[in-house]
Amino acid sequence: MLDYVKLAALGLVALLAAIAANLARDLPYMVHAIIIMLVAAGLFVVTLRRIGEPKPEAPTGYMDDVIRAGVIATALWGVVGFLAGVFIAFQLAFPVLNFEWAQGYMNFGRLRPLHTSAVIFAFGGNALICTSFYIVQRTSAVRLWGGNLAWFVFWGYNLFIVLAATGYVLGGTQGKEYAEPEWYVDLWLTIVWVAYLLVFLGTILTRKEKHIYVANWFLLSFIVTVAMLHVVNNLSLPVSLLGSKSVQLFAGVQDAMTQWWYGHNAVGFFLTAGFLGMMYYFVPKQAERPVFSYKLSIVHFWALIFLYIWAGPHHLHYTALPDWASTLGMVFSVILWMPSWGGMINGLMTLSGAWDKLRTDPIIRMMVISIGFYGMSTFEGPMMSIRAVNSLSHYTDWTIGHVHSGALGWNGMITFGALYFLTPRLWNRERLYSLDMVNWHFWLATIGIVLYAASMWVSGIMEGLMWREVDANGFLVNAFADTVAAKYPMYVVRALGGVLYLSGAIIMCYNLWMTVRGEPAKAPVMAPAE
Amino acid sequence: MSTEKNKDIETTGHSWDGIEEYNNPLPKWWLWTFYLTIVWGLIYTIAYPAWPLIRGATPGLLGFSTREDVAADIAAVNERNAAIMERLADVELASLADDAELQGFARNAGAAVFRSNCVQCHGAGAAGVQASGYPNLLDDDWLWGGTIDDIAFTVTNGIRNEQSPDARYSEMPAFGELLEGDEIKALVAHVRAISGQEYDAALAATGAELFIDNCAACHGDEGKGDQGVGAPNLTDAIWLYGGDEARLAETITYARFGVMPAWSEEYRHGQGLDRAEINAVAAYVHGLGGGQ
Ligand code: HEC
Ligand code: HEC
Ligand code: HEM
Ligand code: HEM
Repeated sequence: MLDYVKLAALGLVALLAAIAANLARDLPYMVHAIIIMLVAAGLFVVTLRRIGEPKPEAPTGYMDDVIRAGVIATALWGVVGFLAGVFIAFQLAFPVLNFEWAQGYMNFGRLRPLHTSAVIFAFGGNALICTSFYIVQRTSAVRLWGGNLAWFVFWGYNLFIVLAATGYVLGGTQGKEYAEPEWYVDLWLTIVWVAYLLVFLGTILTRKEKHIYVANWFLLSFIVTVAMLHVVNNLSLPVSLLGSKSVQLFAGVQDAMTQWWYGHNAVGFFLTAGFLGMMYYFVPKQAERPVFSYKLSIVHFWALIFLYIWAGPHHLHYTALPDWASTLGMVFSVILWMPSWGGMINGLMTLSGAWDKLRTDPIIRMMVISIGFYGMSTFEGPMMSIRAVNSLSHYTDWTIGHVHSGALGWNGMITFGALYFLTPRLWNRERLYSLDMVNWHFWLATIGIVLYAASMWVSGIMEGLMWREVDANGFLVNAFADTVAAKYPMYVVRALGGVLYLSGAIIMCYNLWMTVRGEPAKAPVMAPAE
Repeated sequence: MSTEKNKDIETTGHSWDGIEEYNNPLPKWWLWTFYLTIVWGLIYTIAYPAWPLIRGATPGLLGFSTREDVAADIAAVNERNAAIMERLADVELASLADDAELQGFARNAGAAVFRSNCVQCHGAGAAGVQASGYPNLLDDDWLWGGTIDDIAFTVTNGIRNEQSPDARYSEMPAFGELLEGDEIKALVAHVRAISGQEYDAALAATGAELFIDNCAACHGDEGKGDQGVGAPNLTDAIWLYGGDEARLAETITYARFGVMPAWSEEYRHGQGLDRAEINAVAAYVHGLGGGQ
């Protein structure tokens, strides 16, 4: 019976999508309608062929196949996102790469949001979804709640990413950073996210452990807050139900404030709270040590989630935003410093007594450097929130350097560590194919980050100083174009850093792939290097 | 789980998938730094505008305001330069060179005006964008005249725009509609001949006659141009749109229509340049090396 309802619904969706594609008012909408039509039709056929087949027994044990899919998606999207990053980095250094024949599709403006969404939402999002599914099952000692709902979350989320990415390239965007997708894509994500919340919460509520492990607090706060941020920042009215354009509900400085309330908490809850959840599980597991301090984890958790919410205005210093809001944003950001470092302390101190592993286990090393970069960017961030510092750093490459020391260092490295941890366990392999390759990955990525961050500090501070330079009479000394020309060498260094980082990730994919294929391990069992 | 090394510290007693937690206290330095930032935050919000109330926010004890700060900075510079800017606005440009102080100031001020208003077309070094229609302003090859007054007039009114009734204006006809393909080829050869490039001698001979009939009215018999109508000199190596055969054929067939906006406040309300700024930028461009 249920199958027939499903068939009818899928058929209806396919039909409506076909009609929408036919009547579409713009290209992105049409392409999206076609994608949705194909997906619905494909699912229709699959469902139809399965009808009448005996239902498999409800499986027991942990639900790991969806996590395996998530691991693959994370690794692949990672490479796509880094590749996009490297390409736009070269476009900035060598504008001829904005090819004439690809104008309107592959120029910097179209590819930049493709990069940011691919790394944050596709790479980071899949990493968060699959690790949270892994963690919540293990630490609750129960199978994921909701049966195939977890599969819906995985495929639904990745459909969202495909819709978002194709939208950017074709020009379907509402122009809000990190919230570019248009209204119907936002609606779809809302549905998927609610399903995600249900799976996660359902699992926690049916748990067999008495207490909720700290990683799950962080993950839950991430899921709940992102839902709220997403809905509020995307309040908009479609111009037509048959087109992709929409009009924001808020206007002017209210819209800007909503956007950066969202934007900063995307950093705070997506890139920080969610990844702290990851850290709280994988670091003690890999180090085989207890977490340093339970008290610290409670205090810094509540302080972090309370304070982050108010810090958004530091993205709007010296704009139309009233001074009082800007002061509050700055003050809350500075107070946020210690709560952020609480996570770093707990992560690093968990290793105390196991420091020797740093020498022998490249995966631990990856996690440690990730926590180090987390600490660095959460010191740099509060500093950049101070109005006087921000008046220099704002709009410059300094911000870009800050972003990537957090993103490449913290988010990237902890995710790589988690992938190396998960792959042998999920595919039942004794160990990774090659620890040497992990070592290579570690060094390529680390040098890549250093090149990236250092070059952006230099170019950011240089351009900030050049912009404000005036002569004795108070006249500007530099033209904007002079600053662009001066940045060129730093742009090249940054792009090379990106190439290193990307190569590391490709090596990782190969290593994971060989592990999954069960090739005999190349590396000897982890042994202290003498 | 190797707890042996830390026997003195207790864990909380729970274990999740093998993970335990120590009951370590909060690190002292951490806690005190946290308190310190909170205290600092409270003091800061008393000193600066911060807490929203029903009718506006608390203004803070220091009377800080970003908008007033920036307005004060601008006012201070304006006040400091007020007297000399006034002199600059009233100066007879042709005799600017006699007043070394004013001229020096004008060139500095003009450089700043140029950097924020003109570089996007004429390039940061004022060297233009070769063969793209944006002229080099460093050389002494002028389309519309290179005296300081000519330059000031060009900047004030612009070229071929619809903003200023006094904009410099002329229109080269598109000869594709008037002449045959062979004739255009011949003209190309002739232009290459007079500009000292390689050319086809037989074609150039026909081209020379066609030139006198069709082009000399604007470009002059010898092709040396006419600043009265902004017709470029065709005998030098400086090209506005390019001197190779393809570019020349394109120019002659379809003609060109280079536009520069008018800069006087009169023609662009709220975002133009005032008299003193125009004089300044004219002095700057004039002083770049090609001024006459
Ligand atoms: C939107 C592009 C643009 C901007 C901005 C611009 N110009 Fe021009 N300018 C041109 C073009 C195009 C020409 C050549 C027009 C022609 O073909 O005659 C020109 C010509 C000139 C000339 C005449 C050159 C000659 O050989 O006679 C002067 C002088 C000049 N510009 C000065 C300035 C100054 C000073 C500014 C800034 C206040 C400025 N321009 C801003 C496009 C621009
Ligand atoms: C009505 C006046 C007029 C006539 C007639 C005229 N021109 Fe021009 N020509 C101009 C003007 C004005 C320009 C500059 C256009 C601009 O700056 O946009 C120009 C530009 C050019 C250029 C581009 C120079 C460069 O530096 O790139 C060439 C070549 C040229 N003319 C050739 C010819 C030839 C050949 C003829 C005759 C067939 C001709 N012109 C007839 C006014 C004229
Ligand atoms: C190979 C690695 C990478 C390279 C070469 C790279 C390169 C770039 C470049 C060139 C930009 C545009 C900067 C500008 O506009 O001036 C950018 C922006 C951005 N990237 Fe990356 N990136 C990489 C990896 C990542 C990762 C892993 C993340 C996140 C997890 C990330 C997040 C971002 C964000 C958020 C922005 C926008 C920053 C802002 O608007 O301030 N990047 N990146
Ligand atoms: C206490 C923690 C942090 C604070 C107070 C903070 C503060 C700031 C400040 C002041 C800016 C510059 C705003 C501007 O001038 O435009 C910024 C930008 C940014 N930060 Fe942080 N930061 C913190 C941690 C992090 C972390 C850990 C990450 C990433 C993982 C991160 C990612 C970003 C991104 C993506 C931007 C660029 C936003 C944009 O303009 O597009 N931040 N942050």
